[in-house]
Amino acid sequence: MQTKRSTFPAGWLPYALVAPQLVITLIFFIWPAGQALVQSVQRQDPFGFRTTFVGLDNFSRLFADPLYMNALSVTFVFAVGTTLLSMSVALLFAVMVNKLIRSRDGYTTLLVWPYAVAPAIAGVLWWFIFNPTIGILPYILDMLGYDWNHRTSSTDAMILVIIAAAWKQISYNFIFFLAGLQSVPHSLIEAAAIDGASPMKRFWTIVFPLLSPITFFLMVINIVYAMFDTFGIIHATTQGGPAQATNILVFKVYMDGFIGQNIGYAAAQSVVLMAIVIVLTVIQFRYIERKVQY
Amino acid sequence: MVENRPFQTFLTHLILILGVAVVVFPVYVAFIASTQAPGTFLRGVIPMTPGAHMVENYSAMLGTGLRRAGAPPIAGQMFNSLVMALGITIGKIAISLLSAFAIVYFRFPFRIFFFWVIFMTLMLPVEVRIFPTYQVIVDLGMLNSYAGLTIPLIASATATFLFRQFFMTIPEELMEAARVDGAGPMKFFKDIMLPLSITNIAALFVIMFIYGWNQYLWPLLITTDTDYFTVVMGIQRMANAAETDPQWQLVMAAVVLAALPPVLVILFMQRLFVKGLTETEK
Repeated sequence: MQTKRSTFPAGWLPYALVAPQLVITLIFFIWPAGQALVQSVQRQDPFGFRTTFVGLDNFSRLFADPLYMNALSVTFVFAVGTTLLSMSVALLFAVMVNKLIRSRDGYTTLLVWPYAVAPAIAGVLWWFIFNPTIGILPYILDMLGYDWNHRTSSTDAMILVIIAAAWKQISYNFIFFLAGLQSVPHSLIEAAAIDGASPMKRFWTIVFPLLSPITFFLMVINIVYAMFDTFGIIHATTQGGPAQATNILVFKVYMDGFIGQNIGYAAAQSVVLMAIVIVLTVIQFRYIERKVQY
Repeated sequence: MVENRPFQTFLTHLILILGVAVVVFPVYVAFIASTQAPGTFLRGVIPMTPGAHMVENYSAMLGTGLRRAGAPPIAGQMFNSLVMALGITIGKIAISLLSAFAIVYFRFPFRIFFFWVIFMTLMLPVEVRIFPTYQVIVDLGMLNSYAGLTIPLIASATATFLFRQFFMTIPEELMEAARVDGAGPMKFFKDIMLPLSITNIAALFVIMFIYGWNQYLWPLLITTDTDYFTVVMGIQRMANAAETDPQWQLVMAAVVLAALPPVLVILFMQRLFVKGLTETEK
């Protein structure tokens, strides 16, 4: 990793400059992560008096636990659903806005603000709209013959949290797609138009392939978002229910470790999550260079 | 536009107007709900036109809170959120500027190692190390304090990377000229680097303010005293209480108040926001 060609003489000063960042990172990030690793191979008795080393026992229990396997598949469905919904809607908006000239900024302003809404608040907003007793959408769905109830139906609850999570993320994807669309060379599109390609054909054969690096980058970001930043949505609305149908991994860690005080078991889950984040971060960084260059 | 097709332009506007309507819809419903009279939500369907009780509901939430749900006044919670958001934002920017400066402008042993330690924070979000981090906070006696709400969250790899990238683009000659003129490293940092970084700092400020204001899991873990509740995490209690005691007009007033500050920040600083977003994502 580079520095400047000429640098200041080192002494104690550079250490003092990195110290605040380093101390906070060590105390609040590295140390707890190390603790999670240690605790994941231990078992504590319910009162915390005795700790015994149990090897990989917590992990084998974890993967034999139907509830954990359920959480894995729920997280998978939730992450894929959120990513697909949010990215496809955002791409549609970005393509439309990109066609306009004068009203581009106006629409952009109207579409970017949901980024500022906290996941938990997004959850409560949709929870309210879908309220089975007084909500406006169940009322409309009822007229169409669908009996919506996210308190009892697993499918309804999953759809609810996916919509809430995707709604908030549209603005993020929109900004990146719009930036990507604006860097597509105009001459290519004009050439295709002269050759008689219809707008649809131009989009699918020229624009969309050129957007693929950004699409890939957004996919990773959206999966990370759906897996790790949506705790608030679940906690503020379904609480993992009904019948574990929306119990995503991060919510399960919280319930098992913080509420259930099952420390070794929760630590093993933390370690699995860490492995997932590390894999996703590595993928994301390997493709950074490809993000902007076509 | 490659070609001029009036019908297509019309269609584009139509799709976008529908899209904006869908995006705005939840917040519109929330706002309408927050202006209704008590008892509106006992039966029937949510009204779609504003009621007459806006001032009453908002002042009730700001001043007294939802007593029956054990939720304190929103005004205090909003103040806590502001302290937390500003604390995190300023802290992150300050320590990231310093460490990026050290990493770019000095050659010293363990430099690469320090960089990797900072990089690791990216891979360790709070969500994956909930319990051990909570134990650290307990051991340090930081439960229910502003220090506990802010300090553990101010380590930031993204901000450090952003400043590092930016510092690398600053011409070598500036630093050489400063050295010839006899400026020491800190004087160079204060008089040259800081003023040059202002746009980046502002863009990062917008992103980090939103990040800080919207923290949920962290305040949930480390605050048990209602005096330190933040508004975003406080909403959940009220929403749960509204399931049995449907005071949705008050809950939605709280929702609107909780969402307003960060939304205003984006609306007024849209350019900085877009810059911050596209640059912090590496």
